[in-house]
Amino acid sequence: MSGISRRTVISRGIAAAAGLSGLALAERIADRFGLVPPDHGGIYGPGETLTYAAHRLLMRHSPAREFSRSQISSPPFANETAPPTDAFKRLQAGGFKNWSLSIDGLVAHPASLSLDDVRRLPVRTQITQVACEEGWSYVAEWIGTPLVEVLNAVGILPQARYVMYFSIQPDWVDSIDMADALHPQTLVTYAMNGADLPVPFGGPLRLRVPRQLGYKSVKYVTRMTVTDRLQPFQGSYAWYAGI
Amino acid sequence: MADTAWDVSSVLSVGARTDAPRHGAIVRWTHWITALSFLALLVSGMEIVVSHPRFYWGENGNVLTPALFSLPIPSSRATVPTGYGYVLPDQNGWSRFLHFEAAWILVFTGLVYVMFGLFSGHFRNSLLPRAADRSWRAFSDSLAEHFRVDALAGADARSYNLLQRLAYLVVIFVMFPLVVWTGLAMSPAFVSAIPSTASALGGRQTARTLHFLLSVALVLFLLVHVAMVWLAGFRERMTAMITGHASAREESE
Repeated sequence: MSGISRRTVISRGIAAAAGLSGLALAERIADRFGLVPPDHGGIYGPGETLTYAAHRLLMRHSPAREFSRSQISSPPFANETAPPTDAFKRLQAGGFKNWSLSIDGLVAHPASLSLDDVRRLPVRTQITQVACEEGWSYVAEWIGTPLVEVLNAVGILPQARYVMYFSIQPDWVDSIDMADALHPQTLVTYAMNGADLPVPFGGPLRLRVPRQLGYKSVKYVTRMTVTDRLQPFQGSYAWYAGI
Repeated sequence: MADTAWDVSSVLSVGARTDAPRHGAIVRWTHWITALSFLALLVSGMEIVVSHPRFYWGENGNVLTPALFSLPIPSSRATVPTGYGYVLPDQNGWSRFLHFEAAWILVFTGLVYVMFGLFSGHFRNSLLPRAADRSWRAFSDSLAEHFRVDALAGADARSYNLLQRLAYLVVIFVMFPLVVWTGLAMSPAFVSAIPSTASALGGRQTARTLHFLLSVALVLFLLVHVAMVWLAGFRERMTAMITGHASAREESE
């Protein structure tokens, strides 16, 4: 009787230890291959990690759908934003001549680009969908330069894992992994439907991330930081918004 | 028989048919995990819908375009015209977290159940209509029987009737796959990998509307399912789905 229970205890102990070390190993491997999102902790961590890992395994390079010109929504819908700050209004009064996009962090040559500097980089035009996590959507033509061109210009260091991007509006910051940062459709956008990007849509500069939901496409971007780690993610929304 | 081999009690009592559980362990576990996941998906899904209770057809839709239909409820977004003079608090953060976590649990549970059902003979023996029942006559007889409460109460508890089998088959093999598909069709990343997920349906908004209508249909199924359990003997049927047996008396019979 005691022999059976001892054997049971030992075998279960070994199984549990193997299971736990297997899980720990799986997590290290997953982290090594960039399959663990920064908000992997807490009660919803397993679901977020499964979603992010599955998406990164299956669709690291896949292109977001592009649409024909006839499918452009008219009129497009500009979601509400907080009232503009004084800093924004001053720049707007000057026709955004003094708008700058600074890039720092894990880059070889930190830089501050004017809108004209950004416009001189290779241009990409794409007709993609904005899909809000609320449920609505529209299609528009977006014109800008791929973020990868900006990153190549400043030279990202090998340990780079995320790009954080900051709006001029307070407390509006988000981040993406390198898979999305280097994706050719991730666009530093300055024009829309053939004209300068209107302020309600994020003008003068918006980062469009068409493979994720609308809230990752932060408006009024003035700064980017390349980093190898994110602070424990604070937002109330999921960090990864590909679903 | 194979689907009861999972349960130790059936191994210990070979040949004693009444000792075989009404529902095998796999069926019972997957049933309740599915029930809990569905409840989580339903609650979180309703919270997400509140942020935009308007539905569209095709690729695009927003408050500037006419709605196919809209729900007569207030919204958690000030941009949505609802006719109500107030805006509900935003619940999309935890709702979306919970929705996808429950969806993962449901998908894994569904895979376990389908694998079990295929290899154990559960689908063939318990869900596929019996050969004698594959006729319109059998269908209309079963339908008529469902409107006689006394017939339901006395129904054979050890086997699913024809209408029950058909309903379960439709839910398992039509509605759940469709609700997963239409859900994935709303993922911009998933659609980037497999564009036909959305385009085959006619677009993102069609997928969203179908996702909503399918969840309404699943809720209707749930209501009828619970009503039938109630009419057939709530306590006995619940005990059977929890313990495998309807009562202690049945086990000793």
